[in-house]
Amino acid sequence: MAAQTGPATPIGKQLAIGAVAWIVALLMFFPIIWMVMASFKTEVDAIATPPLFVYTPTLENYAAVNAQADYLKFVMNSVVISLGSTILCLALAVPCAFAMAFYPGPRTRGTLLWMLSTKMLPPVGVLVPIYLIGKQIGLLDTRTILIVLYTLMNLPIAVWMLYTFFKEVPKDIIEASRIDGASTWQVISVVLLPLVMPGIASTGLLSIILSWNEAFWSLNLSASNAAPLPAFIASFSAPQGLFWAKLSAASTMAIAPILIIGWLSQRQLVRGLTFGAVK
Amino acid sequence: MRRRSLASFVGLGALAIAAAANLNAASAETITIATVNNSQMVAMQRLAPNWEKATGNKINWVVLEENVLRQRVTTDIATNGGQFDVLTIGSYEAPIWGKQGWLTEVDDLGDAYDYDDLFPSVKDAVSVEGKMYAVPFYAESSFTYYRKDLFKAAGLTMPEKPTYKDIESFAAKLTDKSKEQYGICLRGKPGWGENMAFFDTLVNASGGRWFDESWQPQLDQPAWKEALTLYVNLLTKYGPPGASSNGFNENQALFASGKCAMWVDATSGAGYIFDASNSKVADKTAFAAAPKGSVDTGTAWFWSWNLAIPKSSTKAAVAKQFLAWATSKDYVQLVGKTDGWPTLPPGTRKSTYAIADYMKAAPFAPIVQQAIISADLKHPTKDPVPYTGIQYVAIPEFQALGTQVGQNVAGALTGQMSIDAALQQSQATALSTMQQAGYL
Repeated sequence: MAAQTGPATPIGKQLAIGAVAWIVALLMFFPIIWMVMASFKTEVDAIATPPLFVYTPTLENYAAVNAQADYLKFVMNSVVISLGSTILCLALAVPCAFAMAFYPGPRTRGTLLWMLSTKMLPPVGVLVPIYLIGKQIGLLDTRTILIVLYTLMNLPIAVWMLYTFFKEVPKDIIEASRIDGASTWQVISVVLLPLVMPGIASTGLLSIILSWNEAFWSLNLSASNAAPLPAFIASFSAPQGLFWAKLSAASTMAIAPILIIGWLSQRQLVRGLTFGAVK
Repeated sequence: MRRRSLASFVGLGALAIAAAANLNAASAETITIATVNNSQMVAMQRLAPNWEKATGNKINWVVLEENVLRQRVTTDIATNGGQFDVLTIGSYEAPIWGKQGWLTEVDDLGDAYDYDDLFPSVKDAVSVEGKMYAVPFYAESSFTYYRKDLFKAAGLTMPEKPTYKDIESFAAKLTDKSKEQYGICLRGKPGWGENMAFFDTLVNASGGRWFDESWQPQLDQPAWKEALTLYVNLLTKYGPPGASSNGFNENQALFASGKCAMWVDATSGAGYIFDASNSKVADKTAFAAAPKGSVDTGTAWFWSWNLAIPKSSTKAAVAKQFLAWATSKDYVQLVGKTDGWPTLPPGTRKSTYAIADYMKAAPFAPIVQQAIISADLKHPTKDPVPYTGIQYVAIPEFQALGTQVGQNVAGALTGQMSIDAALQQSQATALSTMQQAGYL
């Protein structure tokens, strides 16, 4: 953006910025590369000191992981739980953010901060009460309890993000559609949603990613029926014996779907995350 | 009349079918087993379809990392959640949880189970006041692994029961850091189940103990200083670099790659070291008993992995059937025939050591057997103690205390604190822990 409006950046500066961007990107991506590399090593190679960069790749870890656990069952649970919670979360967050952005009351700001404050409590602090509630209503080890929890967990973030996006939409457009006789539902669905679709898409993607990666509740509230991918990964850590390569293979299999989705939708994600940042 | 009898017949038939269906539904249950990812447990998971086929029951497996499992299962038991029917627990938890009334007694698995075939030390480890709260799946002790090729080349002979003085002098002669050959590898990673497992046996060998009979901490006594001085000396002079981050797995890999001349650790590592596909030293390794010091009590540790049934399980009867199968003599035979004799679940049954194929395939078996027989959890130290456990103290507070002391021991090893400071701090921590917990 700056290059379009301001004077042209000298080539040297551009190169330096590019180099720094690459270094930062590689640094951030290195643990994932290393994990994928370790998944193709033997257990002994995976813990070799000094670390091996050149080795003979093997698929034995993937075969062992597949033989030991039902990967598809875990994936299915992850897909249902993360999509279910995201849909529910958006269904609640969109009207909530709409009301706060376009019809703010005297306590809107306070309510927004209060919503965020629920994220400040360490989850382990409410583990026992939630476990007991889950037991009482017979929802332990079900997808339902995880869908509800993840919805509640992501709701403050979703409301905040959508609120920011909605605030960028000129109020005049909403008022104009009102004058034209549109109902509230029509204002949201026909006028507002098409305008802020990138924002909603990135909020949804973020919610899917957060739900997909969540480990604490999924490990504590699921046993065998509703266990999603974090439980699948956790099952390959061992107190005795070597397990790094198999654990890496399981982790690679667990992050692959979300990495592919993220890759395919990165344009949408970046557009959404920077929506409103540059006018 | 005829129509009525036909109706009665049909009615009775329907009842019989319904009853049979009910019976099937009652007898075929699905149980949930929470376990860790040890190779022995993975084998159990692989062989369990045999039990499912024989009984018609089904198993749901929940495999978790040891600490996650402990926390997960504790939450479930404490809230009476009833998510699990069978648990894998260590010999540390079994008596504590049994005493708290969290576990179902398992003294009634039937005559065929042959309780007398279990080693007494193994039974003691999972019992409180004579009642068993778990059944042992496999047990391990500790011993000395050494490289017989390096010993021969240096003209050294490892005694059957070495002393720590022997170990120190061998380590000095066998260390060649320029060739990445280290005289001794020992656990250094802090944790009650990591460095403290080994270090506690060294304290026992030096004549020390955690508490006296009235629960007064004894960590400031000369025996602890002697043990810590020796430990720090051994590892800083003859150990591998970064020893304070090496646990069981790391040392096993170091020994298997030929970098350690000696290694004192769990007997359960022997199968891996003897497997030529993992280990460069499979044909160059021999074993001796765990070293002794001025004292020969509690010098080899004892640990078992056990199967237990939480009180919250509503399927205890089926769970007991599974326990009886998974820890039976027949199961041991099944593992031997399916997976190979060296991989048997060791250390729990006397009859395992009467299997000729096993004794032939596992040269380390007699030493393990001897170590398990001689392990005395009730009298682990030279002086009397109020607790049980050789390399741990079987009280709920020990997990946290052991790990804190382990961090001080690691601090002394890395030179972050002096030996005296590490012990003073450990003594203070132990004292406040015991005061807060109401022992003092």
